[in-house]
Amino acid sequence: MGKIVRKTNSTTGGPVYVDVDIEANGGKGKIVRVYPMDLTDDDPKSWVLEARGKKYSPPRKTTYTAYTAGYKAMVHTNRRVLYPLKRIGFDVNGERNIDKRGEPMAAGDPLYPGYERISWDEAFDTVANEMMRIKREYGPAAIVAEPSSHHLWGNVGYRHSTLFRFMNFAGISYGDHNPDSWEGWHWGGTHSWGFTGGLGNPEQWDLFEDTMKNSTMIVFWSSDPETNNGIYSAYESTVRRQWMKELGIKMVFVDPYYNHSAVLYSDKWFSPKIGTDAALAAGIAYVWVTEGLYDKEYVANKVFGFEEFRDYLTGKGEDGVAKTAEWAEAETGIPAHDIRALAREWAKNKVQLAAGGLGGWGGACRGPTGMEWARMMIALAALQGLGKPGINMYSTTQGAPTDYYFYFPGYAEGGISGDADNTAAGLVLINRMFDGITSRHSSSNLNVPPGSFIPRFKIPECFMGDGKVEWRGKGFVGAAIEQQFHQYKYPADGYPRVQMYYKYGGPHIGTMGETNRYAKMYQSELMPMVVFQSIWFEGETPFGDIILPACTNFERWDISEFANCSGYIPGCFSQANHRMISLQMKCIEPEGESMSDYEIFHGLAKRLGIDGPFAEGKDELGWVKQLFHASDMPKIITWEEFLEKGYAVVPDNPNRPRTPAFRWFAEDREQDVPFQGQFRPGDTIQRKTLQTQSGKIELYSQSLARFDKALEEQGLGADETRPPLTQYIKPWTGWHYEDTGKYPLSVLSPHPRFSFHTMGDGKDAFMNDIKDHRVTVNGHDYWIVRINTKDANARGIKEGDVVKAYNDRGAVLLAAQLTERVPAGTVHSYESSAEYQPIGKPGESPDAGGCVNILSSSKFIGKHTSGLATEHFRVEIEKWEGGN
Amino acid sequence: MAKQKYMVIDVALCHDCNNCFIACKDEFVMNSWLPYTDEQPRHGPRWMNIERLERGQYPRIDVNFLPKPCQHCAEMPCAKGFEDVVSKRDDGIVMLDAEKAKGKKGLVDACPYGAIWYNDEKDVAQKCIMCAHILDGKACASICMPRCTHGCPTGAMAYVEMDAAEFAKKVAAEGLKRYKCDISADGLVWYKNLYRFTSSFIAGGLIKDGDCAEGVTVSLKGADAPDQVTNYFGDFRFDGLEPGAYTVVADGKEIWSGTLDKSLNIGNIAI
Repeated sequence: MGKIVRKTNSTTGGPVYVDVDIEANGGKGKIVRVYPMDLTDDDPKSWVLEARGKKYSPPRKTTYTAYTAGYKAMVHTNRRVLYPLKRIGFDVNGERNIDKRGEPMAAGDPLYPGYERISWDEAFDTVANEMMRIKREYGPAAIVAEPSSHHLWGNVGYRHSTLFRFMNFAGISYGDHNPDSWEGWHWGGTHSWGFTGGLGNPEQWDLFEDTMKNSTMIVFWSSDPETNNGIYSAYESTVRRQWMKELGIKMVFVDPYYNHSAVLYSDKWFSPKIGTDAALAAGIAYVWVTEGLYDKEYVANKVFGFEEFRDYLTGKGEDGVAKTAEWAEAETGIPAHDIRALAREWAKNKVQLAAGGLGGWGGACRGPTGMEWARMMIALAALQGLGKPGINMYSTTQGAPTDYYFYFPGYAEGGISGDADNTAAGLVLINRMFDGITSRHSSSNLNVPPGSFIPRFKIPECFMGDGKVEWRGKGFVGAAIEQQFHQYKYPADGYPRVQMYYKYGGPHIGTMGETNRYAKMYQSELMPMVVFQSIWFEGETPFGDIILPACTNFERWDISEFANCSGYIPGCFSQANHRMISLQMKCIEPEGESMSDYEIFHGLAKRLGIDGPFAEGKDELGWVKQLFHASDMPKIITWEEFLEKGYAVVPDNPNRPRTPAFRWFAEDREQDVPFQGQFRPGDTIQRKTLQTQSGKIELYSQSLARFDKALEEQGLGADETRPPLTQYIKPWTGWHYEDTGKYPLSVLSPHPRFSFHTMGDGKDAFMNDIKDHRVTVNGHDYWIVRINTKDANARGIKEGDVVKAYNDRGAVLLAAQLTERVPAGTVHSYESSAEYQPIGKPGESPDAGGCVNILSSSKFIGKHTSGLATEHFRVEIEKWEGGN
Repeated sequence: MAKQKYMVIDVALCHDCNNCFIACKDEFVMNSWLPYTDEQPRHGPRWMNIERLERGQYPRIDVNFLPKPCQHCAEMPCAKGFEDVVSKRDDGIVMLDAEKAKGKKGLVDACPYGAIWYNDEKDVAQKCIMCAHILDGKACASICMPRCTHGCPTGAMAYVEMDAAEFAKKVAAEGLKRYKCDISADGLVWYKNLYRFTSSFIAGGLIKDGDCAEGVTVSLKGADAPDQVTNYFGDFRFDGLEPGAYTVVADGKEIWSGTLDKSLNIGNIAI
């Protein structure tokens, strides 16, 4: 071991100290260990909360997740792309052999079969020359970049920052992301209560204090904060939930899977049949309405459409069916006596409804009935007096009582891009980061509503089809409820078809829906060139024509705050027990010939002649320093001290205003939460109402009624997948429909526990050895499917057997785990495998990598949306005996 | 005697986050800490081995995890036949001599807890050393406890330096147990709430007039278990039971009788 130096960095799973052997690898350095950060006596004091006669203060140490703990094995691994690669058979100026993309090939580089090593000069020249040729011959928007979510961390290096700055100056368009963790709240919830600035998720300010002081019960509904960590916040909120438990706050869990939070906290667990959550909610609401167990005064003043909702529940609505507990039992499989007991106990207590794990979100919102579930959750919260002390919609992850008024940007504020159309740069950062003379922001004239762009979820249809592809809503529709209804198409009028696909970041073949589509797409002649900018040789990377090797954020400079993304998650930082801002040090030199994303774009920018506008003569550390000075950081630490120490903790601010979410609404006051979470004044009436047309919580959504009217005027008919009245709609992947005979098992496929999307999985890293992540059979690491013991016995499947899960969309090979954590009929398998390993022809043979999203649907969550609904689907499972 | 270096693991607080397992790999894979121990292979060995036990049947279940490092047994059963390889430090940490453990595949079977692993790449038997290299200040680390404990986010693992006599009081006060104490009654690794991994429960729910029966007293015959009062879901649960014959009595009436060999959800019973 050489000389060890302690450095700092940060990740999607928490900030860390990094001990580096700076003499190893010929002076390039090697990571020795990665570990959580203990605060010292020199750091500011932690907050203290008094509740029910006791004082609570958080541990003076950060937490991290397993994939962050194992980051070293993702940095130092033989799965890294170490130098630029060109696909054998690809000649940019001649025969491209497009149909050979992804074909298994023994020839070529021993580390990267099917590829040959090329120099950076050749790689840069090939890509930049082709970009210029395409622009000349086809016009703007013929090049599309499409990034993955969450593959690295840092305000400078994030996709909204460096990638957008490059795209905007280079004239490259975008593969838009749909809000794939928000879907039901976004497409449904916004119509009940607005919050477009949170994509339909509710505000969470100061609800930790509210819960500790006032609440007596929490209902966790499709909420697993111990698995998804809210987002980015590792186990910061765990200690706070433990305190709630100590206070005797009752905790009930509703989730098809007995999740990992239930393991620690549940008094009772309910597993509704897949997709029937809204029916369970209707059954609960029926008990309240018929037994008078709801907040009548609140409903009279704060809720619009209650009468229609009540009629729907009591059988006086269109369907004439009363949503009794017995009716709900028949739909959900949960006994009527339990539904009544839950409803009555709920009404007796001051309840925080933890719908989803962040305050909003939750796997149920990503399923085919996600919109109805989200709207029904809002209805339940409204009926009990949402916003009154102790009664709220709170997922126990945000709302820690840190200083909400210290300004440090999150990555969604665009970092160095300053792109106010496609990031939250306009919120604050653009005004503080760019003076317009010495440093300028960037903007796009392509990736804007009147320009040309494509939805990520429909990339295969766009590239492979020769007709038009149509969808509604551009990406994350955050500006207004009605913008969801705006229609777009590909190719946009006057714009060309895409000629170059520039895939940046991690793979998404494991994260989208019906993903054999993507494998097939790469073999389509309609996609003339594919460039991958990748850290690892994984997923669909081996479909690229040119592969540019990028490095991790341990190999370059950056700056970030623990769990702060800002943008559509206002106050995201309040998940962490301390506001911790890290200098992400360049801990080691990049592995092999890999480069930071910034340096790769810089290299291309030089050849494209846009080096000046792109870089402004700065390297990454120069941008880090500029961002430091654009924040409130100079108030607490000098740049020089920060460079030396590597982090700063924002001091507690015990005298700041306490503004619990929705309290202003419940008390008829102006919205008083921190400004990042406030509505646009023009969307409200005197700033005292929600964003809906009535300003109230709308159980009958007038925005949807207006949209239906417009559809009918166009002769398209009302949207039966998203009716104005909040109600249960039988799921098209549920037990009522869709091949239940052929495919009898319902799959729950949530975001994974031991990786963040694909970050953490595969890569020959440590996480593959986690028993509940992958299982090694005959030397191959299989992704896991969790099956009830009865279903397994009926199929002759034993623990650890390799099984084939299949439906009409494809087949995936998985390792069986036998469990009682799902009932018979329900199986569980996380999405987001990083590996795609077809055992035969790509797109047409079983995948041994574990991309269970091959089996999910590519149908939109609602007829007139562009959201995915991949959480639920149906399959049959059989023991795998080889063959296809 | 020197202060002993204990690890106390609370089974009730572990939810299998695997931070301990990965922190252990982070510390020992790609890092050689000789003479303490050579590096751990990238895959395979589980110096921190997390075992899973599900109890009960849908929907009345619980899921329990037992993080199992080397138990650092006072009796050192693994030393039998390997006296020259296995030794105990003054602070109680059991070490394998990194040189003498080379080629000693027999050590793997010598440990009754399955906590010794064979490193085929380095041809040596290895195991958890409780990060003795860090505790001794020989590893340039800015922490002073085992990596697994430092990474634990739920408080399920605690590192405790204490005199043996003082620790004995803690054992009694907190009901700490040794896992499989018939193999080794004393050592450095102790468990809290171990019953969740080593015993069974009987659980069920009572229904009266079609609704959950709250506040009903339920008693168990066959064990010295305190009476339960059903909660608002009519649920009751007797835990910490050994295999045997039991009878459940609700409101003075026998509602279930049978033999318990593993945890049992007896279902919803109308009274």
